[in-house]
Amino acid sequence: MSDCLLSFKNVSKSYDGNYVLKNINLDIQAGEIHALIGENGAGKSTLMNILFGMSVIHNTGGFEGQVEMNGKPMNVKSPHEAIDYGIGMVHQEFMLIPGFTITENIKLNREITRNNFISAVLGERLKSLDYKLMNMDARKALDVLGMDIEEYTMVAGLPVGHMQFVEIAREIDKTGIKLLVFDEPTAVLAESEAANLLQAVRNLAASGIAIIFISHRLDEITSLADRVTILRDGELIVTKNVKDTNIVEIAELMVGRNVNITRDDAAQRTYSEEIVLDVKGLRVGMPGEWVKGVDFSVKKGEILGIGGLAGHGKLGIANGVLGIYPASGEIQFQGRPLPLNNTKQVLASGIAYLSEDRKGVGLWLDESIELNIAFTAMQIHGEFLSPLGLQDSKKIHENALKMIADLDIRCTSSLQTAGALSGGNQQKVCVGRALTQKPQLLFISEPTRGIDIGAKKLILDLLRQLSEEEGMTIVMTSSELAELRSICDKIIIVCEGQVAGILQPDAPDAEFGLMMSGANRKLEGGLAV
Amino acid sequence: MDKKTLRNLIVSVVIGGFLGFFALRGLFGGGFLGGIVGAILGAGIVYLIAYLLSLFPKLASFLANNIVTVIFVAFVLLGFMVTKEITLKNYIEQLFESVFRNSFLLLSLIIPVIAGLGMNFGIVIGAISAQLALILVRWFDIPSTLGFVACIVASTPLAMLFGWLTGKLYNNTRGQEMIAGLIVSYFASGIYLFILLFAVGGIIPVAAKGAILKEVLTRTQRNLLNPLGVGIRVSVDLGSLKYSLDGIWRLPFVTFTIIAAVGFLAWLVIQYMRKKKNPSLGKSNLLLTIAGSIVCVFFVIISAIVLITKNATYMALRPAPMATIIVIALLAVATNFLLKTKLGQDFRSVGQSQQIARVSGINVDRTRILATVISTVLAAWGMLIFLQNIGTLGTYTQHSQIGMFAVASMLVGGATTSKAAVKNAFIGVLLFQSMFILSPAMGRALFGNPLYGENFRTFMVYGVIAIALGLYIWRGLKAAKNKVEE
Repeated sequence: MSDCLLSFKNVSKSYDGNYVLKNINLDIQAGEIHALIGENGAGKSTLMNILFGMSVIHNTGGFEGQVEMNGKPMNVKSPHEAIDYGIGMVHQEFMLIPGFTITENIKLNREITRNNFISAVLGERLKSLDYKLMNMDARKALDVLGMDIEEYTMVAGLPVGHMQFVEIAREIDKTGIKLLVFDEPTAVLAESEAANLLQAVRNLAASGIAIIFISHRLDEITSLADRVTILRDGELIVTKNVKDTNIVEIAELMVGRNVNITRDDAAQRTYSEEIVLDVKGLRVGMPGEWVKGVDFSVKKGEILGIGGLAGHGKLGIANGVLGIYPASGEIQFQGRPLPLNNTKQVLASGIAYLSEDRKGVGLWLDESIELNIAFTAMQIHGEFLSPLGLQDSKKIHENALKMIADLDIRCTSSLQTAGALSGGNQQKVCVGRALTQKPQLLFISEPTRGIDIGAKKLILDLLRQLSEEEGMTIVMTSSELAELRSICDKIIIVCEGQVAGILQPDAPDAEFGLMMSGANRKLEGGLAV
Repeated sequence: MDKKTLRNLIVSVVIGGFLGFFALRGLFGGGFLGGIVGAILGAGIVYLIAYLLSLFPKLASFLANNIVTVIFVAFVLLGFMVTKEITLKNYIEQLFESVFRNSFLLLSLIIPVIAGLGMNFGIVIGAISAQLALILVRWFDIPSTLGFVACIVASTPLAMLFGWLTGKLYNNTRGQEMIAGLIVSYFASGIYLFILLFAVGGIIPVAAKGAILKEVLTRTQRNLLNPLGVGIRVSVDLGSLKYSLDGIWRLPFVTFTIIAAVGFLAWLVIQYMRKKKNPSLGKSNLLLTIAGSIVCVFFVIISAIVLITKNATYMALRPAPMATIIVIALLAVATNFLLKTKLGQDFRSVGQSQQIARVSGINVDRTRILATVISTVLAAWGMLIFLQNIGTLGTYTQHSQIGMFAVASMLVGGATTSKAAVKNAFIGVLLFQSMFILSPAMGRALFGNPLYGENFRTFMVYGVIAIALGLYIWRGLKAAKNKVEE
């Protein structure tokens, strides 16, 4: 193709032999808006990291295949070199310095300088900044975007929407920009701001700049993009012209049918109708996982799944209930109100929690398995203590041996440090600790994160076993839809900090895809799935 | 009664009562009864002030944001009220002597703050380089102005080396730079003490073995050494190095006042005009400009009156050391100039966000090291200016107080650990030195013992640092909390 600006040719990337990108072939043409979508872990960010030559790629042995620009191979070793090729990125989290003016941010480390008598002696770095020229350049970039705000305004007080535009202005200001990557640009914007942004993106494309638009908002993509590429599990599923497809099809392709849901016993699962946990209007201030008003309830004995895309607040729910991040709202547990922001009380009332941050919050990596298993029960319920209030090593040891046998923790001894275990066995230690607390309700977040495939199934089976044999109520949060669907009785999908809907595990893929993208609300009644 | 009123009431009773008790006791020499009356009056006044402030929330938040400065202004005013033995002439003389002595040191703290390193307690290491250089120059007995230049030449490479090492350390203790600076300055002091107490004469020979010191060493050299020839004396007289910078050019103090006031006035007006013409430079503040101009004109008139009437008291004020003043002014201008260069912008970028600066291609580590080196070298020069004014070197103690006092002064001047400017240095040095001059007399007036004033000094120095650092953390926590509530 003659006007093919950028092409990925047979690009693959592996981390320690684990392929996260497999044989990607993708062409981007000048002036087109190319949408890139996929679930978390589908490979979008890895692909962009390759494009920008991020160190995470080079430090792990580079990649296979080739990236070409205008038919010539590119060799980008750092994000800074990418600028020379005319590639820019508008980040999801703003790369703006709040204490600087718009101009200073736009010109960050690309300041225009002029000579003075000191720089003549002491060198380049002592050249004066030419604020006048810098302001003029900034003005020009802002005008392209139709922003009528003064270029010398501080960024600190700007509305979020404006900040996004400053980011874009910075990229436009770079001379010879040919390709701009937008990473979820509208995720933080209000609807009207998002509309402005999309218009600006269209204008940019019309001026001949190629746009790669990463977003999960399917309605945006269908109204904005020319073509859409869907990635799933590191593979390029399809590249389609947007006018030949529709939201439902895209959603379906994004989630995919590769899930092998083995739920032979699904019909037989029974649990009581009694509500154990009732959450109303929960808001949680967990950075990056804000929860903005969530209602749900959990019935006794059921396994409830919480799913959704990263950054939409699914992880914030468990952290908020447990009081690990500041929360507000109302929670009833076993008919009694549960105090917020008080982890100790929550644990004491019979709730156990396995954090998604297993190595940071979940375990003492340098302490023995024994102590890791016993600690919370010791601290909260006063177990394993001698009459004098000292640790009762014998009881701790006996309990640990029982857990090691019951959960099949592979270790050399119960005195081995937790950090020496594999991910799966570490998770089992966490489960062991939770069981030692004898909880009525178990919160478990990302139970299989960082665990190899063989061990994943063991953990999931263990959870199901707990539910069936001990009748434990479990709330499981996971980024992997497949694992939620394999053991949960019902699944709450969280989108933009709120509950988008509740689905049965055997609901069609498209429904999951649409809900995670927040597109289901806009489709109501219109398109039957 | 709501929570806020109650809080105001409690604060007024505690602060107003405390101050009022001692103020009245001091003013009227009244006994306990006078103190009680004072306490009640004081509490009332503070409560009234708090109430009035609550009517002007903008002013209140301005004062709250500059609470350290406000406390000091109040303290200095109280000092003027209660002390009778310090005359105005005395006060002016002592104040400006110490202002000229300390300003350069204070200015050396600005750049690290802007580069995000916080208050550089490591300037003590710069002071150590200066003292080493000074001792060398005394050893070779280079006199007067030439000697001062020799001190500068000798101290600079030392300070650069130490600054570079300190910068390296700061890069490895990110987020804890201030504590690292404090500790490394103790460490450096230890090495410095070892060298000067023992190594000189003990390891480094000062004379051929067996030689009689009196025969091989000059008088100055012998005065430098302990009688046995090992170690430097506790106190070293700087001889002709005293006033080697101050003494180059002196003008009558009144003339200096006129020059300074006119210069400041011109600067105010130019700033105002520039900002008015070009709003991108910042907001022009007419009220502040007028207020500043009035103060300047006031000083010009007063000085003129003194000159014309040949007022014996004020004509006799110690002449102003113009060379030192020019050097300080040059550094102030150079600091501001530097901040408008590419390097200055890099300092600011790194100071605001290391991560964003790095992503933008700025070499963060090198920039931070450079900021530390500049600060250390400036501190060394500042220490030389300080010492040439005092005239004697307290070999083993002088450097150690410099860090604390300079940092406290900056904080009093309204700087924080993340924000500092030239004006903070000057406001700070004026207020802090005022406190220093007034507190012994206040101790005598309020408690009947000047020693309490001494204690109070120390209390204020550490108290100010503690309050400023505490406030910084408290504000950070509050900002984080506000963010959650949004």
